Amino acid sequence: MSEPLLSVQGLRKHFVQRKGFPRPRTIVVRAVEDVSFTIAPGEAFGLVGESGCGKSTAARALLRLIEPDAGQVTYRGQDVLAARGAELKALRRKMQIVFQDPYSSLDPRQTIGSALMEPMRVHGIATGREARARAAALLEEVGLPAAALDRLPHEFSGGQRQRIGVARALTLEPELIVADEPVSALDVSVQAQVLLVLKQLRARRGLSFLFVSHDLSVVRWFCDRVAVMYLGRIVEEGPAGRVLADPLHPYAKMLRDASPVPDPTRRGVLPRIVGEIPSAANPPPGCPFHPRCPQAMDVCSKVAPRWTVASGGGGVACHLHG
Amino acid sequence: MMSGTPALEVNDLRTEFRIAGTWHAAVRGVSFTLARDETLALVGESGCGKSVTALSIMGLVQPPQGRVAGGQIRLDGRDVAGLPEKQWEKLRGDRIGMVFQEPMTSLNPVMTVGDQVAEALVIHKGLSRSAALERARALFDEVKIPSAAARLGEYPHQFSGGMRQRVMIAMALACEPAVLLADEPTTALDVTIQAQVLGLLADLKSRHGMAVLFITHNLGVVAQIADRVAVMYAGQIVEEGPVAAIFARPAHPYTRALFAAIPRLDQPEQALAAIPGRVPSLDAMPIGCAFAARCEERRAGCEAPQVLAHVGKAHRARCHVATVATAFEAEDTAIHDIR
Repeated sequence: MSEPLLSVQGLRKHFVQRKGFPRPRTIVVRAVEDVSFTIAPGEAFGLVGESGCGKSTAARALLRLIEPDAGQVTYRGQDVLAARGAELKALRRKMQIVFQDPYSSLDPRQTIGSALMEPMRVHGIATGREARARAAALLEEVGLPAAALDRLPHEFSGGQRQRIGVARALTLEPELIVADEPVSALDVSVQAQVLLVLKQLRARRGLSFLFVSHDLSVVRWFCDRVAVMYLGRIVEEGPAGRVLADPLHPYAKMLRDASPVPDPTRRGVLPRIVGEIPSAANPPPGCPFHPRCPQAMDVCSKVAPRWTVASGGGGVACHLHG
Repeated sequence: MMSGTPALEVNDLRTEFRIAGTWHAAVRGVSFTLARDETLALVGESGCGKSVTALSIMGLVQPPQGRVAGGQIRLDGRDVAGLPEKQWEKLRGDRIGMVFQEPMTSLNPVMTVGDQVAEALVIHKGLSRSAALERARALFDEVKIPSAAARLGEYPHQFSGGMRQRVMIAMALACEPAVLLADEPTTALDVTIQAQVLGLLADLKSRHGMAVLFITHNLGVVAQIADRVAVMYAGQIVEEGPVAAIFARPAHPYTRALFAAIPRLDQPEQALAAIPGRVPSLDAMPIGCAFAARCEERRAGCEAPQVLAHVGKAHRARCHVATVATAFEAEDTAIHDIR
């Protein structure tokens, strides 16, 4: 593989909360415990897992939208976490984010044109008429008319707003788009529209993606490689086709089996899953998945499994394969 | 199909809402029957009238904002449309139960979950509070809430989303209703929790012989749990049939478009196709086919009102193109096996 575009090593983010009355206690929520991965230029990398597994926190921490506690993030060899001032601003141009909820990620009182032109002004890319022409071209690229420039967000449907969110992420001509559940708030038909726009952009502009989602079929369709997260750690990683069709880790298997396939002839018995994802404030010792794992062994509750390289690329953190 | 009176029979249901002083129909002549121990999935995009249909059946669409403007709703053979509220209150929660989409907002935050489940039993079955709580404990066991006895005294905020949805199901099942309306009961849940809740609903359905109307937009879920499917679009059922027929040979262009719009885990490299345009709004509903403006197979005749016609055994579609084309092929077309 060529030199990675983005490399994340040992990323960690803990949130400290004080909770309770009358005697508040301090609780440490270990949202992201230890996350490492790389994204090659032009690659779409998926991060999947259930709510609360830390996938969104990891995505935001590597962009420094929230400051991570530990770890290393390098973008084309440059240290992202050490960057300050102008250096950080230049990095931000290269990495942009598309948020999940198109209803709350646009300022309700800012016109679409203003939302698209503001980043160009801040970064000194274009102003005035040129900025407006660029904004109109971006809207066209995501399939919206230039007339949308003077409108306000409430005039658009969810799918249109999400495409505006995509256009806004493109204003600075980034190389990497972090898409945090970009289609999960949308209806099925609209979801397809936004996915198609993202895939076209990827092909046309050679963009790289970090695609965060809980929907395995969307990730299967969009991504080249995928990592499965559980309680702040990556438990399996590899080519999307292999990981999602033939997972090694019992948790990845459980996720796959629980995702219903739209085919009544393959109506299997839905997997009988025990328990729910434990709180990240009090993760189990050893392998974090052992209390729910159908194949748990003695060692699983005591020793955290090591990362084992899998054949065909990627790897898995499980004693069964260690 | 099963013999005997269907558990629920809806005939030509019309539900209207008032927009700027005029009444517009959100549900336009929906008819279906639901037998005991049967699951009918009602499928469609947001705004197609699925939830309004369920709310109408529950008698929860009421003036001044909305009204059930026509049609019959028969519960166990008894027409309940237009009953006075007092009589509705006797039926709701007793003969017909409902599970809502949002487990986070549909429980009372200042009442223990045990009391919320017991309430229905005290009101409908005349049990004492202690007897009702004992029954609630048994229900918690049945919906597999661990350490049920201890959790009866807890409040909704102490429960996770999946556990709250179980409480909702326990509430809906408390009086052993003949019909359960489940409105997107798993949409807000993670897939692993969704699998648990679907498994639970399937168990409970077969054990109690309930009729389940399952509203969802997730075709994967439909394939897993439904016996029959009704696809709704713009307030009408546009296609209905047995689940195998709908998935193997979807007849209506809208149903086919829905299938083409979902990425599938089992079909990599699949070509995804979006549905252009949007659902017509309530005050601009065309007289003819409501999907025509978005349809790739639009042709002369689409501007006329469409009727549900047979395309196969117990399989009907509301599209003159689909029903004419399939009239020739009829039944001898082998169901091609996707496997």
